Amino acid sequence: MMKNKKQKNRHVYWNPYFGGFLMGLLIILTFYLTGRGLGASGALKSGVVTIVDTVATTHAHSNEYFSKFLSEDGSSPMNNWLVFEAIGVLLGAFLSGAFTGRIKWKVDHSPKITSKRRLLFALGGGILFGLGAQIARGCTSGAALSSMAVLSTGGFITMLSIFGTGFIVAYFFRKNWI
Amino acid sequence: MGPLIPNGLIPLEWNYVIAILIGMAFGYILEASGFSSSRKLAGVFYGYDFVVLKVFFTSAVVAVIGIFYMDYLNLVDITQLYVHPTYLWAAIIGGMVMGVGFLAGGFCPGTSLCAVAIGKIDGIVFTIGLMIGIFVFAELFDVLEPLFVGSNLGNITLVDSLGISPYWIIFIFTIIALVSFVISDIIRKKVKKVFY
Repeated sequence: MMKNKKQKNRHVYWNPYFGGFLMGLLIILTFYLTGRGLGASGALKSGVVTIVDTVATTHAHSNEYFSKFLSEDGSSPMNNWLVFEAIGVLLGAFLSGAFTGRIKWKVDHSPKITSKRRLLFALGGGILFGLGAQIARGCTSGAALSSMAVLSTGGFITMLSIFGTGFIVAYFFRKNWI
Repeated sequence: MGPLIPNGLIPLEWNYVIAILIGMAFGYILEASGFSSSRKLAGVFYGYDFVVLKVFFTSAVVAVIGIFYMDYLNLVDITQLYVHPTYLWAAIIGGMVMGVGFLAGGFCPGTSLCAVAIGKIDGIVFTIGLMIGIFVFAELFDVLEPLFVGSNLGNITLVDSLGISPYWIIFIFTIIALVSFVISDIIRKKVKKVFY
């Protein structure tokens, strides 16, 4: 019975080609309107810069990386296109989840591991992903997907590097997922 | 001719309103396609669910065909569009670090935001991790700077790198995507099903 319920869950998602097609149209629209693509990690960077600037202003201004995003006239790093876009992402995902009844507190993981282990790996994975997204100047949304839409060489390299490495290391993380 | 906002055809005041609307569509599509579930995302690496590959490649193919077609119809000036710069080693190493992060954490930044929006605790923890990772990068900037600013090849595209027409590149890329869809369906039938 439990298994049947879960099996049914999988089909409430959109057909992936439909979702991909709409996403493609959205990327075209975004470039047509703004001249740039979509992004996700940029907003979190603005968040981090703002937090550090609030907690330790001198440190933020003396740090070579943070200071790139702090303007002299004192306007907030949150005053940024990607921050507003990320707020939209949260709203849009919430609406989709609300219409389909998917909103609830939950931790996804393989039955072979505990929630605690899953959360520890989520934290570690997040730290690595945040670090990598800064090195590559963007994440899967900005550096890979949107950049591929204008045939950026770096976009294709980043995409191949993320997924290629993923397949290589997948074996070591199999217990967490399957 | 597009892009509309940089060319002043839509007043700049609309910029952030458009940002929120585009973000909402982005978040809605991601969540509705199943990208708020880390086990669904991880499926592509174990062969039990290829939604990541299908959505990712479909959208990239649709977007690149659409943008070049709009350029051909003079609806958008492709030379005005932002091309992500290629810092060769930063792209490779950054991508590798992200690849390990993806398998360990089960999300990427956009998908973790979707997971946060519907109450996934692993998504919340991953997002906190992302912010720590960004902080760590800034603190280690002195060490990482040579990698970050080195091997700068500029805002190049595959047309510059491969020296062939963009239409051929798009055609070949489309074929690769279609072949990968067929292969992924064959693999998925052979791999033991995982329910989540």
